[in-house]
Amino acid sequence: MEKTWNNKAWFLVLPVLVLVAFSAIIPLMTVVNYSVQDTFGNNQFFWAGLDWFDDTLHSSRFWEALWRNLLFSGIILAIQIPLGIFIALHMPKRGWGVPVCLVLMALPLLIPWNVVGTIWQVFGRVDIGLLGRALAGLGVDYNYVQDPFDAWATIVVMDVWHWTSLVVLLCYAGLVSIPDAYYQAARIDGASRWSVFRFIQLPKMQRVLLIAVLLRFMDSFMIYTEPFVVTGGGPGNETTFLSIDLVKMAIGQFDVGPAAAMSLIYFLIVMLLSWVFYTVMTNYGQGDER
Amino acid sequence: MLELRNITKQVGAETHLSDISLRLERGTLNVLLGPTLSGKTSLMRIMAGLDRPSSGTIHVDGVDVTGVSPQKRDVAMVFQQFINYPSMTVYDNIASPMRVAGADRQSIDEAVQRAATLMKLTPYLDRTPLNLSGGQQQRTALARAIVKNAGLVLLDEPLANLDYKLREELRAELPRIFAESGTIFVYATTEPSEALLLGGNTATLSEGRVTQFGRTIEVFRRPADLITARTFSDPPLNTVAMHKSNGAFSLEGGVSFPATDALHAIADGAYTMGFQPHHLSLSRTAPDAVALRAVVTALEITGSESFVHLRFAGADWIMLTPGVQNYAVGEEIEVFLDPRLLMVFDGAGRAVGQATAMAA
Repeated sequence: MEKTWNNKAWFLVLPVLVLVAFSAIIPLMTVVNYSVQDTFGNNQFFWAGLDWFDDTLHSSRFWEALWRNLLFSGIILAIQIPLGIFIALHMPKRGWGVPVCLVLMALPLLIPWNVVGTIWQVFGRVDIGLLGRALAGLGVDYNYVQDPFDAWATIVVMDVWHWTSLVVLLCYAGLVSIPDAYYQAARIDGASRWSVFRFIQLPKMQRVLLIAVLLRFMDSFMIYTEPFVVTGGGPGNETTFLSIDLVKMAIGQFDVGPAAAMSLIYFLIVMLLSWVFYTVMTNYGQGDER
Repeated sequence: MLELRNITKQVGAETHLSDISLRLERGTLNVLLGPTLSGKTSLMRIMAGLDRPSSGTIHVDGVDVTGVSPQKRDVAMVFQQFINYPSMTVYDNIASPMRVAGADRQSIDEAVQRAATLMKLTPYLDRTPLNLSGGQQQRTALARAIVKNAGLVLLDEPLANLDYKLREELRAELPRIFAESGTIFVYATTEPSEALLLGGNTATLSEGRVTQFGRTIEVFRRPADLITARTFSDPPLNTVAMHKSNGAFSLEGGVSFPATDALHAIADGAYTMGFQPHHLSLSRTAPDAVALRAVVTALEITGSESFVHLRFAGADWIMLTPGVQNYAVGEEIEVFLDPRLLMVFDGAGRAVGQATAMAA
């Protein structure tokens, strides 16, 4: 057939372009627009250049919040990934236990974030909360409103409760896809339980683990709702993560310019770290999975 | 010597194996031949010690090993899927059984190099299994079994997932490689031709029973019953109902012919007669060959051979005949059958008047 040359293809791409423009590019450009200007309301804008970026990168408030984010993500990964693998390894592979476990695991994932926050906010209260009262009854000095460590512990436990299931489900999917013959071969070889895990299960789970680490990292790095509901960023600024700080700045203080600059930096950090994670982990796995 | 005594395996209400007794000698090649779900894998798992039989015992050189775990059994197994440790290199994979056994570095290296040479894996020792072709992956698994130098080597349809050429190649090499080591070699397959090519002994399995065990050629030529004959025939065995009276066999449709010497002595009555697809021919192969008129129902031509599907007296037959034979579907043709090649089975399916089918 004769090939025809014209520009009709653009019409086919147009709907996507419009959609992406409205959903991503235009909002992002608005933020870029704010980040280089100063405003005092009344729709008056003054050119500020890169001042807001400069301010943000030189403010201890930003670096402290960023450090909290990294620490939080680190703790979350260090707990949820091993715990998720551990639970997945001990879930039944067949029988009536499978649907029961799967439903139990899926339940926390189905609860909206702010509801999870509210549940734990009430659960941990020293005056009426079950957890708070129980701990007080045991003689533990626990108060997430006043003690920074308790606030952190509460948020971490809450996130583990909420999201470990995701890691479990992903790992479980990886585990059940391993043919029985691998385990039989290992038994004939006389491989130990640890060797089976290290040389069969872990390599076979590698791909889903990559996804789990990426998802959990990005999600925990962008955490907002739960600490906002439970601690509101306190006590003091102890649980003020970048996202909470951003909202405080943009909506609480109406410092739109600095907030826009900060959100762009935040966005770039998330992208950069995700890219690093992805590259490192896919390169590490090269040769093992194809 | 591996001896199975009255092995039965029941899983829930299902019987996977029923009352199997076998004696496998050292240095022999033994084929387990049977269709899918006939119990080959269940039997191998019990031989390996992966499963415990519901009843019956397993003896190695007279010692009862029924409850002994697989790693203490001196057994190697290769599966239909290509099973290797995914993150280890080919070298480490092959070395793994010896490392578990605690061998020293030097003897491991020698054994790995030797097995790799046998399996033509030397250039790939540094790769991981998933960077190999299917054939190379299975060679790695086979090399692991070789290195283990076990007294019992179980191969569960090891070539089923490989392409045709590789199968031919490996099938020719395998018996030779393992024969040298004096081990008991058990090979499960669904294909009669594979059993014949491997030689050795064959146990035919059907619905969890061993229907016959003996030298492969003997089992093929003189099946003890109709089930064995059917298991050991590909394309499927041709059968038709037959009646004997006054020293003559009569088939439906008015065909009648005198009983051959070997079959002369059997009692009058109803029988099933069976013969291999290649025993039918288009020309009179023997002076006393029986002429039969059958209707062509389908044709499959491979080039060197033609599979002519026929219908005779309510029975579906296949004639395997050389060259390209072109018939119209529905055409009635005359085919010939040498009565000396017939296998005759009584009402219970047992072969009668053996010494038949010698020309197979």
